[in-house]
Amino acid sequence: MIDFIVRRLIAIIPVLAVVAVFVFLMLRLTPGDPAAVIAGDNATSDQIADIREKLGLNEPIWTQFAIWIGNVLQGNFGESFFFKKTVAELIAQRIEPTLALAVCTLILAVVIAVPLGVLAAWRHGSLLDRVVMGFAVLGFSVPVFVIGYCLIYVFAIELGWLPVQGYTRIGVNFGQFVERMILPSITLAVVYIALIARITRASVLEVLNEDYIRTARAKGLSNRVVLMRHALRNAAVPILTVIGIGVALLIGGAVVTESVFGLPGLGRLTVEAVLSRDFPTIQTVILLFSVVYVVINLLIDVAYTLFDPRIRY
Amino acid sequence: MSAITEEAVDSASIAAAATKRKSLWLVALRTPAVIFGGVILLVMLAIAILAPFLGTVDPTRIDPAARNKRPGTEITMRLDDGSTVKRVAIFGTDSLGRDVYSRVIYGTRVSLVIGVAVALASVAIGLVIGLISGYIRWADSIIMRIMDGLMAIPGILLAIALVSIWRAGLITVIFAIVVPDVPRVVRLVRSVVLTVREEPYVEGAISVGTPTWTLMFRHILPNTVAPLIVQGTFIAASAILAEAILSFLGIGIPPEIPSWGNIMAEGRTLFRVFPHNILYPAIFLALTVLAINIMGDGLRDTLDPKMSKKV
Repeated sequence: MIDFIVRRLIAIIPVLAVVAVFVFLMLRLTPGDPAAVIAGDNATSDQIADIREKLGLNEPIWTQFAIWIGNVLQGNFGESFFFKKTVAELIAQRIEPTLALAVCTLILAVVIAVPLGVLAAWRHGSLLDRVVMGFAVLGFSVPVFVIGYCLIYVFAIELGWLPVQGYTRIGVNFGQFVERMILPSITLAVVYIALIARITRASVLEVLNEDYIRTARAKGLSNRVVLMRHALRNAAVPILTVIGIGVALLIGGAVVTESVFGLPGLGRLTVEAVLSRDFPTIQTVILLFSVVYVVINLLIDVAYTLFDPRIRY
Repeated sequence: MSAITEEAVDSASIAAAATKRKSLWLVALRTPAVIFGGVILLVMLAIAILAPFLGTVDPTRIDPAARNKRPGTEITMRLDDGSTVKRVAIFGTDSLGRDVYSRVIYGTRVSLVIGVAVALASVAIGLVIGLISGYIRWADSIIMRIMDGLMAIPGILLAIALVSIWRAGLITVIFAIVVPDVPRVVRLVRSVVLTVREEPYVEGAISVGTPTWTLMFRHILPNTVAPLIVQGTFIAASAILAEAILSFLGIGIPPEIPSWGNIMAEGRTLFRVFPHNILYPAIFLALTVLAINIMGDGLRDTLDPKMSKKV
């Protein structure tokens, strides 16, 4: 087991190295002088020269990469010239809404989607199955922000039950925090629910044809026990895999959802940074999200063994 | 974004089925899902081609006198020669007085072009890289490491990063949406190649001295067609969504081009009072993407016997 984790950890090094090279090259691929791009439109030539010196832009590109990756590994992501603070500070400030949104969405999606998928598979071909599958296809076809605006229109504007936009920090007022997380979480969860429900249905359906399910039924076990203990548990690996892959959707969706609901999180920061061409911030956010994505999928690989003892590493 | 679907595509069985029975294509085209999706898409295509004849006006025409009109309002338009014409803005007008109906109708062109262009480009690029990767052993490990790295960056984020490098333009946006899709096509093609190259007829072809290029184009390439068509439909659907998302965030194609994403982006600020600016393009967008997705599902179920047994 330990051996496996170590091997998997080593395997993500080349992946993250490619990401790092891409993120590093981003600034070099933009037309124009990287120092001038970073400094922004109103920079003086002294400032540009200063940046050039700081980033080692006068050195050969290999040395530049070494300097940059060295800094990144020490947690020094540079300075945002737009927000006038270090990128590390900026991210620390903005991480809470994104984390809260992601966790709420993940819980909501799994709690809704897995039972739906199991029910759809169990009642295969029924009206319920068709409705769930129809919803799944629809969920993939509507942009996240449209779902967000529809929810805002119905629940915030017409019914007035929930606030339209904004964020309250969890430590400041928990009630308000919950109130303001409801609509964004539902919005972001829709596509994730569609994804998980679909795969849950497909993999439970496959398992339901197995001999051991027939045996379990023949023993006279109740439907609940057969579905939960025999079917779902054996179908867990593809479901977990897709939850891991879906994190990419979650991150992309968070960028949009935060913009719709005015949440001051990392997604909003990404868009603000792109609009102001604040490269140190864009680079760091992409690096951070990619590392999170890769690590979550690593953890899921490890978690397989917990769900399926047949998997031995 | 189409990560969900390609995992389910069993490329080898599609490949085998497609080469064995050409008639499968006819079966595929007759499934209800494919017909349903196909008809909606044909209607959208007709709308895109016939846009100037569908009672539209210039979608970029700004009319300060007719700003923010609700759907169904009658508007008096002043023509260049000074005469006036009355017309009903069935989808209303936006905050610059542009006709939302005309913009949505013309937006069909932009979205379809993006869907098709992204699907073709990513399939073409992915096919070439995938063939190389599956066929040339030493290149394989390098290519696949790069693809793994690209896939580690969440799709929309990668597109956002690429747009930020070159600033927004139609071609830039298409390219930015293509790049995250390429690794998935490469993986698919590579897996087909790796399966097919073990087949006796390929070994036979090699043993009689068939040149590599002939081998690739005559024996290996045809096997990739069916899975790539299925994959291509899902890429087209997600590309249309991606364009809408990028434009909505203000980093997509230039705002003067009437795309569905841009119309909705424009409608954001006054959404509480005038939701129609978001509603109508959203309906068109959802319908189009839904049609493509349903068609893709139908094609996959028919072209992939293993999957269709399940459903």
